[in-house]
Amino acid sequence: MTGRDGWEPEAAELVRPYVITKGRGLPDEDDLSLITLVTASAEDARRPTRLSPEEQSLLELCSAGYLSVAEIAGHTHFPLGVVRILLASLMEGGYVTTRPPVAPARLADREILEEVLNGLRAKFG
Amino acid sequence: MGSAPSLGEQDYVRGGATQTAVKILVVGHFAVGKTTLIGSISEIEPLSTEETMTQAAEAVDDLKGVQGKTTTTVAMDFGRLTISDRVVLYLFGTPGQQRFVQMWEDMARGALGALVLVDPERLADSFPVIDLIEHYGLEYAIAVNHFDGAPLRDERALREALDLLDDTPVVTCDARDEKSSAAALTTLVRYLLDRTR
Repeated sequence: MTGRDGWEPEAAELVRPYVITKGRGLPDEDDLSLITLVTASAEDARRPTRLSPEEQSLLELCSAGYLSVAEIAGHTHFPLGVVRILLASLMEGGYVTTRPPVAPARLADREILEEVLNGLRAKFG
Repeated sequence: MGSAPSLGEQDYVRGGATQTAVKILVVGHFAVGKTTLIGSISEIEPLSTEETMTQAAEAVDDLKGVQGKTTTTVAMDFGRLTISDRVVLYLFGTPGQQRFVQMWEDMARGALGALVLVDPERLADSFPVIDLIEHYGLEYAIAVNHFDGAPLRDERALREALDLLDDTPVVTCDARDEKSSAAALTTLVRYLLDRTR
């Protein structure tokens, strides 16, 4: 990408998604579902690798707490697929830690449903 | 791009380190009030994610085109609600178009269930949405969004029109109202709980 003709080379909409992701494909969706929670790892857990500006901005976003994959996409305005690939690469380098959602086998779990029901009642009466 | 948007403390998942997430879908046809309902109970300003969908070209023989496929952008709106110090609930508003198969698989996988938002004046528009929900095997409840001045059909007629099972809950709600939206959601979760007995 060149900056000629007054283009802003870093404007997301002018960079094709496969350039941002360095040609990587989608990770296994079970690893990074819409509601997988993501946060930046402690510095000492990180392997020294060169991060792209996009990876850096995602890491920065996740540094102050946990956000879901969907929220990360929402805040950055990156397409979901791109966010997943970038996060997968950050995971590989040990830069981010994830908390998977409730396992599908436990979804029909009464305990979880009861917790949701009680939470809704407590909040909204 | 390059710098991250700056978020406040309230944007992050409360007690994130001990939280696991669950999700409920809020589905319905275009402009039925999905985002309004989500916004009325979400603790964050509803967000939107975009997924670029590649669709097979409508006309297969159109090889002259620059691209053999067309891409569409589908937006999903969602919100968040901290339930307890262990569970955080995400609500995803999902458009009812059948052709976004991949998005639907993404949405449906791991969902607790779905709240189907229905406009009593446009019942037929809800048929494809309910078909999709059933196709993905999701349990659901019907929430009739009671728009201003719209006459409310009696429940039996509505059940018949939508071809619902006897035990599928039907509630009326005002998607703009926090308590009303939450009550519809509560009805769904209570039903899900009943189904696990």
